[in-house]
Amino acid sequence: MDVVVQLQRQLADHTASLFHEGFLNEQFNQLQQLQDESNPDFVVEVVSLFFEDSERLLNELAKALEQQAVDYKKVDAHVHQLKGSSSSIGAQRVQGVCIPFRNFCEEQNIEGCLKCLQQVKHEYSLVKNKLETLFKLEQQLIAAGGSFPTL
Amino acid sequence: MGMAAEAQYHVLAVDDSLLDRKLIERLLKTSSYHVTAVDSGSKALEFLGLLEDEHNDVLAPSVSLNDHHQDVDVNLIITDYCMPGMTGYDLLRKIKESKSLKDIPVVIMSSENIPSRINRCLEEGAEEFFLKPVQLSDVNKLKPHLLKGRDKESEPSINKRKGMEECHSHDKTRTKYDGLEVV
Repeated sequence: MDVVVQLQRQLADHTASLFHEGFLNEQFNQLQQLQDESNPDFVVEVVSLFFEDSERLLNELAKALEQQAVDYKKVDAHVHQLKGSSSSIGAQRVQGVCIPFRNFCEEQNIEGCLKCLQQVKHEYSLVKNKLETLFKLEQQLIAAGGSFPTL
Repeated sequence: MGMAAEAQYHVLAVDDSLLDRKLIERLLKTSSYHVTAVDSGSKALEFLGLLEDEHNDVLAPSVSLNDHHQDVDVNLIITDYCMPGMTGYDLLRKIKESKSLKDIPVVIMSSENIPSRINRCLEEGAEEFFLKPVQLSDVNKLKPHLLKGRDKESEPSINKRKGMEECHSHDKTRTKYDGLEVV
């Protein structure tokens, strides 16, 4: 079963790099631990919710920061939510950008906020990409007759 | 057989975030709790059989609350702090002010480590304060509170502060308050 071994190795490497590069933290492990035969899709479901939440919030943030009179309380509320969701799944780098973002909201610093918005969008798209790759590898592994995690 | 089959405890989870609701539900179910999850404080009170006037002011005495006999058996309530409308703190207060519900242990969750917030909740009668993201090790701490049940005498609240704190306000206490912040 060469294919299975190969896929397992790919999956392990990809997962390891995600942690190594700080995209994910221990919280993601916690999610994986909560997945079992009776809840086989738990991680995918939760991460999908994170994707939905984030996309909605990023849109709201862009809109809010475009306004003539920016409502910083509203912006802060959105960032707070984004920080919460990202921390709940262990998306460490996204969570990390939210901290200076909230500080800029407090200072009502529009440039700082816009910069953070760009950064958080960037981090989000990176982690989204990598998580989608992770899930694809898992699917391929299952299809090839293998199983995971082999932690 | 001396010990009867372990009773399944019923936990009511309150959180406006769908993601966090899903997470807490899974954490609790993994620990063999029966879970009901709702997305707001008012839905929680509705579920608990405590109907209220929509404009019930936190500052007003709770005489307008309709203390129905509890139809549902809830052994513990775990609620997020920051929620639109009724905060977790407001919910905690209403529960502690209710004759029928005050003995139900309440746990608060929050993503923010604000000492004054934590103290306020504990003083109001919360059993525990969990920092989010909540983990299995936190859920494991719930058991003793559930077992204590009605034996626990609720201590009189020392400083009953009004729950006027907004969740998304520029909380000055957040910056370098006690050095306890772990953002």
